[in-house]
Amino acid sequence: MSVANPVLRPADVASLQEAVREHPSVWPRGAGTKTALQPPEGAVVLDLSQLRGVVDYDPQEFTFTALAGTPVREVEELLGRHGQYLPFDPPLCGAGATLGGTLASGLSGPGRYRYGGVRDFVLGVRFVDGEGQLVRAGGKVVKNAAGFDLAKLLVGSLGRLGVVAELSFKVFPAPRARRTIRVDRSDFEGVWEVLRALYTSPFDPEAADLVPPGTVWVRVAGRPESLAARVRRLLDFLSHGAQVVEDDGARVWEEAREFRWVPSGWTLVKVPVTPRRLPELERELGRGDSRRWYSAGGNVAWVAWPGDVSPLAAVLDRLGLRGLRVLGPPGPPFVGRPELDGFGRRVKQALDPLGRFGPYA
Amino acid sequence: MDPARVIEGLRTIYPADRVLVRPAELAPYESDALTAFRARPVAVVLPQHRDEVVATVRWCYEHRVPFVARGSGTSLSGGSLPVPGGVVIALNRLNRILRLDPEERLAVVEPGVVNLEVSRAAAPYGLYYAPDPSSQPVCTIGGNVAFNSGGAHCLKYGMTSNHVLAIEAVLADGEVVRFGGESQEEVGPDLVGLFVGSEGLFGIALEVTLRLVPRPEAYRTVLAAYRSLEAAGDAVARVVASGILPGAVEIMDRLSIEAAEAAVHAGYPQDAAALLIVELEGEEPEVEAELKELLEVVRASGAYEVRLARDEVDRQRIWKGRKSAFSAVGRLSPDYLVQDGVVPRTRLGEALAEIERLSRRYGLRVANVFHAGDGNLHPLILYDGRRPGELERAEELAGEILRLCIRLGGSITGEHGVGMEKRHYLAEMFSEQDLRVMRRLREAMDPGRIANRGKMFPEAQETAALRTA
Repeated sequence: MSVANPVLRPADVASLQEAVREHPSVWPRGAGTKTALQPPEGAVVLDLSQLRGVVDYDPQEFTFTALAGTPVREVEELLGRHGQYLPFDPPLCGAGATLGGTLASGLSGPGRYRYGGVRDFVLGVRFVDGEGQLVRAGGKVVKNAAGFDLAKLLVGSLGRLGVVAELSFKVFPAPRARRTIRVDRSDFEGVWEVLRALYTSPFDPEAADLVPPGTVWVRVAGRPESLAARVRRLLDFLSHGAQVVEDDGARVWEEAREFRWVPSGWTLVKVPVTPRRLPELERELGRGDSRRWYSAGGNVAWVAWPGDVSPLAAVLDRLGLRGLRVLGPPGPPFVGRPELDGFGRRVKQALDPLGRFGPYA
Repeated sequence: MDPARVIEGLRTIYPADRVLVRPAELAPYESDALTAFRARPVAVVLPQHRDEVVATVRWCYEHRVPFVARGSGTSLSGGSLPVPGGVVIALNRLNRILRLDPEERLAVVEPGVVNLEVSRAAAPYGLYYAPDPSSQPVCTIGGNVAFNSGGAHCLKYGMTSNHVLAIEAVLADGEVVRFGGESQEEVGPDLVGLFVGSEGLFGIALEVTLRLVPRPEAYRTVLAAYRSLEAAGDAVARVVASGILPGAVEIMDRLSIEAAEAAVHAGYPQDAAALLIVELEGEEPEVEAELKELLEVVRASGAYEVRLARDEVDRQRIWKGRKSAFSAVGRLSPDYLVQDGVVPRTRLGEALAEIERLSRRYGLRVANVFHAGDGNLHPLILYDGRRPGELERAEELAGEILRLCIRLGGSITGEHGVGMEKRHYLAEMFSEQDLRVMRRLREAMDPGRIANRGKMFPEAQETAALRTA
């Protein structure tokens, strides 16, 4: 963060609203774990770390409501005590990521493969709009079709449409047992075929990540009594080069979730992609210095890039892809194909007419 | 605008046979599945190409003529009720699956494609489209997108919103926009999430990219009969607490069991006060292990009869009874209203007892068939529209049920949408300032307030004037 940015630390939602009303340019921050995302010059940083705590949690409901600055880790520990979890492995949780930051950055970890990402688990929000009004949208129940779904809209909005103050999520019963299988092939094409076959199969793993040059990691989760049979069948399906990992794979999933594989000082970019396009992306990026980790069955390319990202931006643009900077030196959030959409601009104009929350794209 | 001029304008876009104007032609479009209301549009147009939809919207915007997009007209909230004097854009002919890509697990479809057709087309590849509203053999994807339709299997995999990847739409002032992508992940705000469930107030979806999922290897469907509705409700709490995550958890009460049995002979136990349907799905070994525990839980919950679907035919029979419950209830009563409020799952028993009390107080029968796993109620309020005052009484009872859902911390609608039916209750669930933001969004997409006017938010158009009776 630039030294020039003043920081406010609202102690409650009312002071958050006041802070938004009083400043022409504001920028919300949770724990600041997405280091590449930094406030624009002159913006007042709204540090939400004081807006912290679980407001409502009845384990029987399988839902909870918490303030935006609540660390994900805290929530996970609470849920864990009741045999429940957020299945999408919110990233950077070990680094202190908050619920609000997870929603606003729209990031999900490897576990999003099975049941969906942060967008699929958020039920409702209270947020402060560009006029400093506190707005509620969605609800606290698992199913709700009343009014526009602004809770989903705010997923990935980077604080540019409003400041999230409180969130409600649904949760699932946590699997009681897990195993991790790794599949090694001699080249990328080979391992990519493995991922693709798995992707359209009726096998129901919790996570499936591909790490170049030649490894697919598959996490199976469920009931202890059926796990051995499921793993056996999956090993047969994945055939040669597949083996169960000793430590249940905890290390590799932690590495994925916390981006431990990204060298310090490098830029990490999230690139939405589809499984079919992985070889093309790998051909373009595999030549240089970058590192890649393909997650969610090949729906996300995490690209770690050393130094200036403009060559990466050029590649993404050429491939019609767009990425989000997550870690590394600060810069404009989006890289690659420019955003042309008129719908989003209208949304921005409606929620933040005075432009307090920075530009749209 | 003068109706003759509207018709004249539409005929510059369409050949005469695709602009319906005669009363007999308009009649089928005057109402949807909320049959208590009816309104006559000036014309119904039948586009065969997306360009015609865009041209129609632009013409309507230029002349400030309200329009309503319509699929198969299965909305239970009056979502596709025409605006009197407006235009209905019937999208059924835009029914092509433009692309089916099994390897990427997606389908790109036009808005008039029928929900079940997507799954049929995907079936040879072992894939299907998960959202399964009871009307899925006829309802369209465009309507599903507009109202964020649900179904019996939302518990595990969510509603329409969780299965749409990208949308191309014409906004209400004629601009064509595209958002989302083919990936299941995105960067930037979730615009698809905002558009889905916007009830046609932003514009019309022209092309929708859907996520397909692999068909589970195994299903196990358990049917349990109870002596009381409360006991079935308690069983749901036990199932959920056991840590099993079923694909579906449904309850039917005595009235709906009788109706479904009479209509489709589902083979349900006839003396039951309530039936619980629990479906497990997934990998064979996992489902078998879950089934063992589920059967223990269900037996311990006081079920006096527990059946397991023997095969796929048997399973389909169980679901046929459940999914035809709405229309079947039509055999018990000339008219009915369906509500779809949601309550926190732990308050289900309380909600059902209160509905029972309200039913007695109003002297109207209420059949209950609902997505118990989600806390999503579906009370069917039976009435006879020919009896003076009975519709009003039914509406009043419906309103009390909605307020009950709000009071218990739930929602006025789980999957049918606000539509025209519940628009007066949205303000009881949300504050004035919540609604102000929603209205601002609506204005941003529809400065002329012509797209599905009168839905979600109360408008000048008066409810009373649109009543059938």
